Formats: sequence, C-alpha cells, structure tokens
Amino acid sequence: MALKMVKGSIDRMFDKNLQDLVRGIRNHKEDEAKYISQCIDEIKQELKQDNIAVKANAVCKLTYLQMLGYDISWAAFNIIEVMSASKFTFKRIGYLAASQCFHEGTDVIMLTTNQIRKDLSSPSQYDTGVALTGLSCFVTPDLARDLANDIMTLMSHTKPYIRKKAVLIMYKVFLKYPESLRPAFPRLKEKLEDPDPGVQSAAVNVICELARRNPKNYLSLAPLFFKLMTSSTNNWVLIKIIKLFGALTPLEPRLGKKLIEPLTNLIHSTSAMSLLYECVNTVIAVLISLSSGMPNHSASIQLCVQKLRILIEDSDQNLKYLGLLAMSKILRTHPKSVQAHKDLVLQCLDDKDESIRLRALDLLYGMVSKKNLMEIVKKLMTHVDKAEGTTYRDELLTKIIDICSQSNYQHITNFEWYISILVELTRLEGTRHGHLIAAQMLDVAIRVKAIRRFAVSQMSTLLDSAHLVASSTQRSGICEVLYAAAWICGEFSEHLQEPQQTLEAMLRPKVTTLPGHIQAVYVQNVVKLYAAILQQKEQAADAQAAQEVTQLLVERLPQFVQSADLEAQERASCILQLVKHVQKLQARDVPVAEEVSALFAGELNPVAPKAQKKVPVPEGLDLDAWINEPLSDSESEDEKPKAIFHDEEPRHAKQRPPEADEQELARRREARKQEQANNPFYIKSSPSPQKRYQDAPGVDHIPVVQIDLSVPLKVPGMPMSDQYVKLEEERRHQQRLEKDKRKRKKRERERRGARRHTSLHTESDEDITPAQRVDIVTEEMPENALPSDEDDKDPNDPYRALDIDLDKPLADSEKLPVQKHRDAETSKSPERQDVTVVEKKSKKPKKKEKKQKEKEREKKKKKEAEKGVDLDFWLSTTPPAATPAPEEPGVNAAVTAPKEEPRGEEQDAGKDAEQDLEKPSEQKKKKHKKDKGERSKDKKRPKKRAPPREGDAEPVQNGALREEPLPPMSSYSLLAENSYIKMTYDVQGSLQKDSQVTVSMVLENQSSSFLKNMELNVLDSLNARLARPEGSSVHDGVPVPFQLPPGISNEAQFVFTIQSIVTAQKLKGTLSFIAKNDEGSTHEKLDFKLHFTCTSYLVTTPCYSDAFAKLLESGDLSMSSVKVDGISMSFQNLLAKICFHHHFSVVERVDSCASMYSRSIQGHHVCLLVKKGEKSVSVDGKCSDSTLLSNVLEEMKETLGKC
Amino acid sequence: MIKAILIFNNHGKPRLSKFYQPYSEDTQQQIIRETFHLVSKRDENVCNFLEGGLLIGGSDNKLIYRHYATLYFVFCVDSSESELGILDLIQVFVETLDKCFENVCELDLIFHVDKVHNILAEMVMGGMVLETNMNEIVTQIEAQNKLEKSETFIFQSPRQDR
Repeated sequence: MALKMVKGSIDRMFDKNLQDLVRGIRNHKEDEAKYISQCIDEIKQELKQDNIAVKANAVCKLTYLQMLGYDISWAAFNIIEVMSASKFTFKRIGYLAASQCFHEGTDVIMLTTNQIRKDLSSPSQYDTGVALTGLSCFVTPDLARDLANDIMTLMSHTKPYIRKKAVLIMYKVFLKYPESLRPAFPRLKEKLEDPDPGVQSAAVNVICELARRNPKNYLSLAPLFFKLMTSSTNNWVLIKIIKLFGALTPLEPRLGKKLIEPLTNLIHSTSAMSLLYECVNTVIAVLISLSSGMPNHSASIQLCVQKLRILIEDSDQNLKYLGLLAMSKILRTHPKSVQAHKDLVLQCLDDKDESIRLRALDLLYGMVSKKNLMEIVKKLMTHVDKAEGTTYRDELLTKIIDICSQSNYQHITNFEWYISILVELTRLEGTRHGHLIAAQMLDVAIRVKAIRRFAVSQMSTLLDSAHLVASSTQRSGICEVLYAAAWICGEFSEHLQEPQQTLEAMLRPKVTTLPGHIQAVYVQNVVKLYAAILQQKEQAADAQAAQEVTQLLVERLPQFVQSADLEAQERASCILQLVKHVQKLQARDVPVAEEVSALFAGELNPVAPKAQKKVPVPEGLDLDAWINEPLSDSESEDEKPKAIFHDEEPRHAKQRPPEADEQELARRREARKQEQANNPFYIKSSPSPQKRYQDAPGVDHIPVVQIDLSVPLKVPGMPMSDQYVKLEEERRHQQRLEKDKRKRKKRERERRGARRHTSLHTESDEDITPAQRVDIVTEEMPENALPSDEDDKDPNDPYRALDIDLDKPLADSEKLPVQKHRDAETSKSPERQDVTVVEKKSKKPKKKEKKQKEKEREKKKKKEAEKGVDLDFWLSTTPPAATPAPEEPGVNAAVTAPKEEPRGEEQDAGKDAEQDLEKPSEQKKKKHKKDKGERSKDKKRPKKRAPPREGDAEPVQNGALREEPLPPMSSYSLLAENSYIKMTYDVQGSLQKDSQVTVSMVLENQSSSFLKNMELNVLDSLNARLARPEGSSVHDGVPVPFQLPPGISNEAQFVFTIQSIVTAQKLKGTLSFIAKNDEGSTHEKLDFKLHFTCTSYLVTTPCYSDAFAKLLESGDLSMSSVKVDGISMSFQNLLAKICFHHHFSVVERVDSCASMYSRSIQGHHVCLLVKKGEKSVSVDGKCSDSTLLSNVLEEMKETLGKC
Repeated sequence: MIKAILIFNNHGKPRLSKFYQPYSEDTQQQIIRETFHLVSKRDENVCNFLEGGLLIGGSDNKLIYRHYATLYFVFCVDSSESELGILDLIQVFVETLDKCFENVCELDLIFHVDKVHNILAEMVMGGMVLETNMNEIVTQIEAQNKLEKSETFIFQSPRQDR
C-alpha cells in the first residue's frame, strides 16, 4: 500500500506538462489520435488527484486538446475546481479553459456564480481581471442577472485596468440581461469622460455597439460624442465615434450638417488612412441623410469621390478594396458622381484580386443606365469566358442577371437582346445557377408579352440542342434552364413555328436522364403542345396528321411512366390514358381538339412573392383566438374527442369572414385600376403596333442569317447578343436623328413664336425608348393588400431586446438585483418574503418635507423640459461654445431624475434600497423615494397591523404579504444646509487602502444663484486629515471641481487619511463659495461637522460559513454584546438594515438568528450573532479589536433603536 | 465586434483559436478548415479582406488576415469594426508577441499557446477591443508573469522549469 503511494507520487513527477504533450503529439505523427486518447486517459487520472497543481496542469493540456477539436466538456467540473484555486497561476488556467469551452448549455456553469463574484471582489486586480475576461466569453442570462450589480460596482473601481474591463463586459451583460441596461447606463455614460483613455475607449466601444443596433436611443449623446470627437486624439476612439455618427445621422439630418465641417477638416488633416476612410464613410452617410437641399453638397461629394479615387488608384490592394466599398455607398444616392469614374471601375474588373473584382462588380450594378447596359454586359460576358474558377464565374453570372433585372428591368431597352444573353449564359457548364437563368427566362417570357414569340423560338432551339441534356448529370446545373424552356414552349405554344419538331425533341429518350422535376414539366408541356398541334391539324382538316401525333405520344409516353420520379410517373400515366382515350375518339372521327385545348385554357399570371402574407385579415377574424378551447387537464382522456366536436361547429360558423359583396369588389378593382393609371411606373397593357423593329417582317430570323467564321464555336441557331449592340446603336442613332429633326422643327416654331428656350439637348436616359413596347405585367397582389414594409424584420433578433429608451427616468422597479444571502431554511428568494413594515420616524416635519419636494419636482420638470430643448439647441447653428454645457455630468445626471414616480412601483423599492450602487446624483431622488414610501405606508398601515412572526410556517400568509416592501434606505445623510446649498454625504472605505476613506459629498444648489469657486476646508485632527493636492499647506482648502447652476446637484469626492479607525470622530469644516446672481456676487460659507463613524471604516465583505466558524474558533477575538428592546420590525428587514447601514453581510441565517460578518479597512474581522426575541434584538459581537467592536455596537444600537 | 480570432500555419494546423460565439468543437474545426482554405489560396499581394466567413453566420462578417512567415493571423469581424483598424490591431498583436517571446517564431506559439491566449486577453475581451497600446499590454503581461513567478516560488508546480 505504502509502496503504491510512493509509486503514485513518483508517477506524478513524470506527469506531462503542456510542452511535453505538444512534443509528444509532434513525435507521433502517424498515430496521433491514438496518442492523444492515451494522453486523455492520463489527464483523467490527473484530474482525480487532490493536488490542485496537478489538476491545473491537466486542465491546461485539455485546453490545448480543445483547440485540436477534442470535446472537453466532460471536464467542466474540474475546470471549475481549477478556477476556484487561490493561486492566480491556476485560476488563470481555469478561466482560460472555461472561456474556451463553456457556453449557455454547460450545466455546471451555475456553480460558478459565487466563485466569480468572489474573484470580482478580490483584492488582487489580476484575479478580478481574469474573472472578467473569462466571464466575457461565457456569460449566460443567469450569470448576467446575478453579477450585473457586482460588475457595475467595478465600473468605478480605482484601477483603470479593472474599470475598462468592467465597462467592456457590460455590453455582454446587456445582451444577456437587457433589464440591466437602463440602471447601468448613467454610469456607462459617465465613463465616456473617464480620465483614463483606455476606460474611455471601452465606454465608447460599448455605446457604439449598442447604438449600432438601436441608434435612435442614443441621439441625445450626440453632443457628448461631438465633444469627444473634437478633443480626442486616439484614432481608435475617433474611428468608433465617427462610425457611430454614421449610424446616427440618418435619424437627425441636422446632426449631419453640424458634422460635415469637422469631418472635412479631419479628411484634409489626418495622415491615418483608417481614420480618413471612416471619415469619408461617415460623410457619405451624412450626405445620404441630407436631402439635396444643401447648396455646397456637391463639394463634399466631390471631395469624397476624389479621395476615394486616390484610394482606388493606390498600389495597396487594401485601400483599393475599401475605396471601391465606399464608392458603392455613394453610388446608391449619387450615381452620377460615381459614374464619372466608370473607367476606373472597369479597370478593377481586370484586377488579379478576386475580392477587388467582386467589389467592382457591385459598383457596376449601380452604374448601368439604359445607355450603357449593353456595353457593360458585353464586357462582363467576355469576363465570363475568361474566368477560370467557377466561383467567380458564378458570381459574374448572378451579377449580370442582377444588373439586368434590377428594378423591374428598368434599364433593358431590348428584351430580345436580354433573352439572347440568357441563352448565351446557358453555355456555361458546371454553374450552380441554372435555376437563376431559368427563373429569368420564365419571368421575362411571362411578363413581357411582346417578347413571347422570340422567346419561344429561342427556347425551342434550346430544347432541340443536345448539350444541355447531356449536362444533366450535375445537380441543379445548367440543365435547369430546360425546365423553363419546356414550360415556355408548352405554355405559349401558339407562337411556335414548328411545334411538331419541338414535340419530338421533348419526347426523345435522352430526356429521361433529366432530373425528375424537369421530366414532370416536360410531360405536362408535351400535352400542351399536343393540344396546340391537334387544333392546328384539325383546322387544316388533316385527320391523318392528327392521328400520327397521337400515335407518337402513345409510343413515347411510356418512357416517362417508368420514370423514377413519382411526379413524372404519375403525370405520365394519367396523360397516357387521356391520350389513349383521344386516340379512340379520333378513330371514330370525332373532333377532339377543342376539348383537349380546354384543359389548358386561361392565362397564368405571376403572383407577387409577398402576396400570401399581404392577404388582410378579414374583419371579425381573430387569428389568436382558440379554435377549440384548450382542454383543461382535469378532463379525462376519453372525453376529449367529444369536446372538440362540440366546440368546433358553432365556432366555424361564427368565424367565416363576411363575404365582400360583388359591388364592393368591383369598386375596389376600379380603385386599383385608377391607381395604376396614375402610377408612372406601371406600364399599361395597351399593346400598340408601332416600333419598326418589331414590325419588320422576319426579325426572328436575323440571327440565322449570320455567318461569321471567326466566332468560336457557337451552338447552332443561337443568336449572338453582340449583334444587338450594333443594332441598338443604329436604332438609337436613328431615333436621335428623328428627335433632333423634330426638335429643330419645334425650335423653329418656337423662334417664330418669339419664345426663348435655352436648354441644351443632351441624350439622357429618358430619351431612349425601348425597342419593344414592353408591358411588364405587375405581379398580382390580393385585394386589400396592406401596404407595409415590415416583412423583413426578424423577430428573433437578439439586439431587439436592447431597444430601450434610455432617456426615460429610471423607475424604481428597474434596479439591478443585488446579491442576497439565502437563509438556511428557505432557499427561494428570501428577500421577498414576510416583509413587515414599520415606518421609520420622519426626520423632518412633514410640512417642510412636502414643500421641499414640490419645489424639487418643479425643478425637475424644468430640467426635463430643458433637456428636450438641449439637443435641439445644440443642433442649431450657434457655435458649440455658446451652449449651456450639456456635457456636464451634473446636468445630465439631474436630467435623468424622475419627474414623478408612479405609486405602483414602490413595491420593489425595498428590494432595491439595499444596494448602494446609486449614482451619486440620484441621491436626491432616493431621498424622495424614501419619504414617499413612508407616506404611502402610513396609509397602508391599518391593514398590516398584525405582523406575522418569524419562523411561522405560514407560507400562504407569507406569500400574501409579498408585496410589502422593505423600507427604502439611503446611506447618505445630511451634512449641512442653508438657503444656498444643501450638503449630504456618505463615507466609504476600500479594502485596498487601509488608511483612507472617501467622502462622497452631494452638493445641491437650492438657490437661484450660480454657485462657483466652491472650496472645501477641514480642520485636520491628529488622527484624520483631508488629502490635499501636493504642495498645498494644511490650511488650504480643496477646490470643488465643478460649478453649480441653480437647481443643480453634483457629487464631489474627498479622500481622508485616517490613522486609527477604532474610534469614531468628528471633523469641523467649512464650504466657501461665491454665489452669483443678477444683482451681483457674494462670498458665502457654510460650516459643517463631518462624522466618521466606526461603521464607515467597515467594508462589506462576503464570508463563507466554514471560514466564519474557523474565525470564531481561533479565539483571537474579543467579545461584547448589546441588547435593544421594543423592536417590532421583521427580522428580514432588520438584517437588511444592518447590512446596508453597517456594511455587514449575512453569513448564515437560521430561524430568527443570523451570523454576520464585516471587515474593516485595516483588516479587523467583525463577527456578529444577531438574535431576535419577542420584541427585542440582541447582538453579540466578536472582533479583533475590542474598542472598535464596542463602538460599532453602540452605533448599531442607535440604528436599531430607530426601528 | 470580433467574432473569432484564428492563427494557423501554412498547412492549416491551428496554433490558436478563440471564438467569441459558442460553437461545437466540430464546427470550430470546420471553420478553421474553411478559413484556411479561403485564405491560403490567395496570392501574397492581394488585399487582406475576404468576404463571407460562411460558417460564422451573418453576411456583414469579414475575414481580415495577415500572413507572417509561416503563420496566418485571421480575425473574423462584423461591420462595426474598421477594416484598417483591425489590420493595425493584428500588427500590434504580432509585435506584442514578438516583445513577450523575444523574436517570436511559430515554435513559441506551438509550445506556449496558453501564453498567447493570455496576451490576446489583454487586447481583446469578449470580442471587443480592450487595449491597443502595446506598452500598456506588455506592462500588464509582465506584471502578471511576475505574480505567477512569485507564486511558483511558494508553490512548486510539477516541472514548470522544463
């Protein structure tokens, strides 16, 4: 046994570390998988060891294996063990592994909450940092909810290293727990002006991410960002801000106007290409957002285009790429200015870099016009021939189709040309986009009636040519076009020259090698053709020929009956029977053509893709209503079917939509026609027989005439699209001549009429008339379709949840959940249970309170109004310096204060009150809440006379009392007050600094004067002194870093150095300031006494029960106790009060007894045992310093006495 | 946002993978393979941007990469990041590695992937750029190394020295 143990520990010495593992894997190239599985077995052994170093080493190796693709989720628990190691080295390994493999589905992740919380509040900044980094990768909604408050506290950490990480991770928290956004936002905003550039950059980063998704909520930050933009020198921050402005400008054109100038300056001055590029991008966004009302608009456009041209001409491919990318944005609104650079774009099409070619293709999309479409497509077609890789060629193909079909074939003047382009594209072998071409062919043939004859002739040649059928082996390859060809030939068979020939082509045995769905279309359209031929023959009274056709079908159709495709098979056998029947009738000389044709009578119209969605819900139909009432669980199984039938019938009768009567329908139809008639884009369906191109006899045959031996092998009988270019040019020339002639005549006439006409004639797009009078049939929409464009929004967008109005004042209910200690007896949300309220005595007489409140409310109202004006004011053309500094945090903070709090929200006030994470400037509001809460509780009091006793097993009653809140609490207390100013303060210690406390002082201007030059001075004692700036004497005051306009409050922080913390003490001090109003300015001062209680040296520190027990056992602690009588407050509230006011945390709670812990800034442990009796509370304390303990207990007694 | 950061060598062997969105191990490998396939076939002097990281969803995603000797550094980002900015960031990353490893080469990355992760964590956090100042990054890394060293002194972990 002993030997085994020794052997075990020796084995440990030969454990592989990460480097050994990597080396081993490299040495086992042949049997890598086997070696790794062996290693994993070893790792499993190591993980069973108690030694944390061994475990960490194993986890480190697992992280490496994870990168190689091995699932390591089985070790999740071990990873958590390593995360909770006390050593940073191991902790980091654990968190790294967790960040690589934990996700929302990891079930043990909930076990990490407490560990992470502990690490977040660790005194070592790197422990905190590593926890934040890890958390950012695997935060879940639960973790986000539980830790949001802790992270928010870290946003004001003393170390910028922690601050920036905390700020950054908030974005992830918001995503997972959107409720946290509003409470955290004020602080996030504050961080935009953090003195540390890293923190500032992080805050900008987060707000930009947020604003990108929901820009409208962040418009009010524009002034602040504007200030940052003009002051910051950090390119990263600048880029982010400029990008953000790009997202904001579409919402507020005035912002754009304001931006143009500084952005243009940046464009001219910066040497950083990245910044230049983003500036250009945002200027483009601005220009897009501005309607063309601005006069010097074109100058900016020119500047952008010119800068972009420089980028595109640069030898750096990256710049070239980005230049093209930005160019495509300008293109959307200012195509003219980009079209001037067509040469450059076409040149880029020849670039060796595919990314650049693709970008150039994008640009082409917007560059085409009626004038140059043919030319550009011709160029693209030559690229198609040259393109080597199929991906790029496919991309070209889709682009050609996109370019041509854009906005309802707007740029196509000659559809014959387009059809021949499509036919030419069918020569591409191995493309994935056969179906695209097919769709275009169908679309054009259906919607452009005039082209059908030509299309049919082309399609019949396609059907006839063998090469397409041969390519059918590839899936969804080019043979897809046969689908379209067959359908077009069948549907529009009346245009076919040689229907018999086409019919035979479609019945060739080779056809059966085509994919099933194409065969099915073949079969169906064979019958259409057959019907057409029958009709033709019967009209010609050629019974013999008609019977021959029937015979052909009877012979050939069986090959489809054997098709592997069900659809083809079914159709074929059905039709075969039909044809056989026809054959019988024909034998008896019965005319059948009419009847067979009747099968396919009527025309099919295209239906808009959105049509189904647009069908309006008929009046009286509620789609959300149950058709059958949902069955209640109590119903027994066998009753169910009965119930369904009972319910169904009456409901059906009820829900039938009211049928619109004939008249109504006719009226609507008329209205629609009217609308179409007024719509310039709707091409009316009145075919007029003009256009000589079409009138010329035998146009369809022109292509066949062509004999050009220099042209590479072409599929015979196919037209060349190129010749259309020439034809088109001639046609346009002719047109121009005619037009000029007409114009000249007109001008002469005008001259005679002594009228002046100065416009110079240039050929514009509008002048070019299409070769065919095209009637593009609009797609059908249901009657009454609702015009809406909301179809594209994705309801599952995770960012939607973050669309939150941030300017709305924060409601009470919107506080972040604070860590709550679970008591031993109840595990579920103890904070909400059995909360009895005993109102605190008001410190001030009611009247005064009320008065003051009203006063403040008014002030707030004013501020609210001011705020609305703020942005407008800033955006108005006055220089920014003249604005009343809306950037000042005080103003912004005050602005967020609520106008009035709805009563209903008070319920949650208690829950929230425990936390002291409030933004300093919210103090005022807090106070009000408290007062208000008290008053409303006054009213409620009679109802709650009998408070349930602790420990009563009355869950129902407890539940019923749920809504009773904890009394709201504030840690700020009044320091001094006069007619000018009111001061409240709070003292906080930090574990990092053992002899320092920070006093946060909220200064509120209560007068109508402007307060400035505020200075705080304190008479130092031996034990406590104010930290003054270097070089100043002990008698100098410390200036307050802000001024106070009337009605504004702001918070200042002062650091005090404390020697001994075991006793409380008071410091006398004075605040001096200059009050300035219309009559002049006066020097004023206000004396105060700062009270440093012993409690204020305590810092809430969580403690685990085992550590707590050890501490008590150690015997180093001295003991003391107090007892307070006459307490009627619930134990829960009592504990909350102690936690809040005295900075303790609950370690454990059993019935009406709880242990609590806190720690002083100098490391004293303070342990309490709080017991509640009938009407009294006893507190036993143990502490490493007896004086401190007795002082703390005295202070506690005072607090408890008020309960 | 940065969606993923990948480092692999000229043969597609992963040297570091950091995904800021959860994917299964199989998908991760597939993404690495696909990205390698896309990136490796490109010439040296073409642009460093690639559209369509197909597997890392979203059409506004881009691959931004740099090729150093035997290694490819690939960042997959969405449209909120500045393309040229990310290129600079890759440069900063590589320079930082160079400083921390003293003339970094592929072997350093092979044997010390954990350290590379730690360096990266000081630059990018949860897909967002944390720090771009190289001196600041190096300072933090060194401070953490120091902390680690002081711990190993007290607590001998198995054969750290080898």
